[in-house]
Amino acid sequence: MRKLLRTAAWYLLAGLVSFALLLPFFWMISTSLKTQGALMALPVQWLPARLTFDSYVRVFELVPFVRAVANTAVVAVATCLITVTTSAMAAFAFARLRFRGRNALFGVYLATLMIPGQVTTIPLFLVLSAVGLIGTFQGLLLPALFNAFAVFLLRQHMQTIPQDFLDAAKIDGAGLGRVFRSVAMPLSRPIVAALVVILFMTAWNDYFWPLVILTDQAYHTLTLVLSQLNGQYSTRYNILMAGSLLSMIPILVVYAAAQKYFQSGLQLGGIKG
Amino acid sequence: MNRTKPGGWAQALPFLLPSALGLLVFSLLPLGASLLLSLTTWDGLSVLTSDVVRDTWVGLGNFGAVLGGAEFWRVLSNTFYFIVLYVPLILGSALAVSMLLNVRRAGVGVFRVLSYIPVLTSWVAGALIWKWILSPEYGLINDLLGMAGVQGPGWLLDRTWAMPGIVLTSLWKDAGYFALILLGGLQGISPSFYESAELDGAGPWVKFTRITLPLLSPILFLVVTITLINSFQLFPQIMIMTTREGMAPGEPLGATQVMVERIYTYAFKYYRMGLASAWAWLLFAVISLFTLLQFRLQKKWVSYDA
Repeated sequence: MRKLLRTAAWYLLAGLVSFALLLPFFWMISTSLKTQGALMALPVQWLPARLTFDSYVRVFELVPFVRAVANTAVVAVATCLITVTTSAMAAFAFARLRFRGRNALFGVYLATLMIPGQVTTIPLFLVLSAVGLIGTFQGLLLPALFNAFAVFLLRQHMQTIPQDFLDAAKIDGAGLGRVFRSVAMPLSRPIVAALVVILFMTAWNDYFWPLVILTDQAYHTLTLVLSQLNGQYSTRYNILMAGSLLSMIPILVVYAAAQKYFQSGLQLGGIKG
Repeated sequence: MNRTKPGGWAQALPFLLPSALGLLVFSLLPLGASLLLSLTTWDGLSVLTSDVVRDTWVGLGNFGAVLGGAEFWRVLSNTFYFIVLYVPLILGSALAVSMLLNVRRAGVGVFRVLSYIPVLTSWVAGALIWKWILSPEYGLINDLLGMAGVQGPGWLLDRTWAMPGIVLTSLWKDAGYFALILLGGLQGISPSFYESAELDGAGPWVKFTRITLPLLSPILFLVVTITLINSFQLFPQIMIMTTREGMAPGEPLGATQVMVERIYTYAFKYYRMGLASAWAWLLFAVISLFTLLQFRLQKKWVSYDA
């Protein structure tokens, strides 16, 4: 009897929380299928009285939506590639090589984690503007070269690789570059996968930095296109909701495909703060 | 531990160079430049030369102007209003969700996926949805409240209720994320603690307060630290939910103006780069202060001896 009660309580609570989590999405989908007139109809229509897919068509007409999806994909993939490559290389040096000042330099890396991004945004903008990179993907992506959090994570992992594995490769005549590529990197695959998940999701959903850098509409990412729609059609909620829903589909597909890495990735993100 | 033969910098440099160059150009130099800028009234439009720096030099003038004006304190009190509501509520809801997730039961996998979806949603899309769901007349929340016989507030259009509206949105967006982090901690607690407590006749409440909370306290501390830092960096919520085209951001009447929004507005709307940099350093100072305070207070409630 007690066990039954406990089970019932779990399903009740989980059901309530799910309801609260899903209600906004329900409202988004319902609104996206409404006519303009139905938005302001009272009493509130929980379900559209008349279904229309017009808003979805309008999203593609009003803003370069397909282009924005492509732009966002390019930015997210490039961010992952750049950050993982440069950070793994630095992490390898910090974890497995000896050089003077190693710990001091690593300390500087860790100290930069304390700096809020907004402090460096303005000078970064000015530097990129001086070299003519405002409004370009290069300008947006260059800062991805340096990611102290990624270096930290990968270094912690690479320190745990047994030295024998690295020595064995060296005895076979591999140079350091080869040891890094063929031993250290394959052995770091799980942590790299988790890192890629966080980097991809963060880049996909990023708003502040693209807003500052991507001044040209041709390069706009999804979040910028959505916020532009919000600015220009702030009362056309059926269109805004259709756009929001469309913007979510790609990341949900990625999530479905890489689900097992998301939990570890998001849990790693907690360390960053 | 590390038996690699010391090859020195010659060996390490090729590996370090791209990242370390990035550290220099995209972190350390901008940090210095930002401090320098904060001491000037440069407008960001003219070319920045040493002459321009000399001509626009105001020393600590920007900091004095910001700290001496009413705006900074209003913005800070807006942020505290957010923190006082958000931090306890997110801790409570994330803890509740994590405990619901920490069971073996049919359907828990579905529940886990559902709790992730707001986390995967971009802040821009989430804020758009909530701006509409909080619409006083045509939104679902007030409609639901109406069914319960409660007259809902004006939410984002009301000075008192705008920030609670943003808090609700943030709770929805973040609960699944922090639940996931807490779940990691819950899964690390050995079942033997609970078993021996049950033998001693402990009920669920005793087990929760005497075992779960103390053993979870290091991770709760981490979550409090992250949520506090994030609270000082609200941005997309404000830009999407309480900013109208052609109006000052952070409506109504500045009730939702926050520090990052001020930095953005001053730098990229008004081109007051010097003033915006001073704001950015004050943000840095406030975050550091609160993080330090957190670490001081942790001795009082975090137990590391498990």
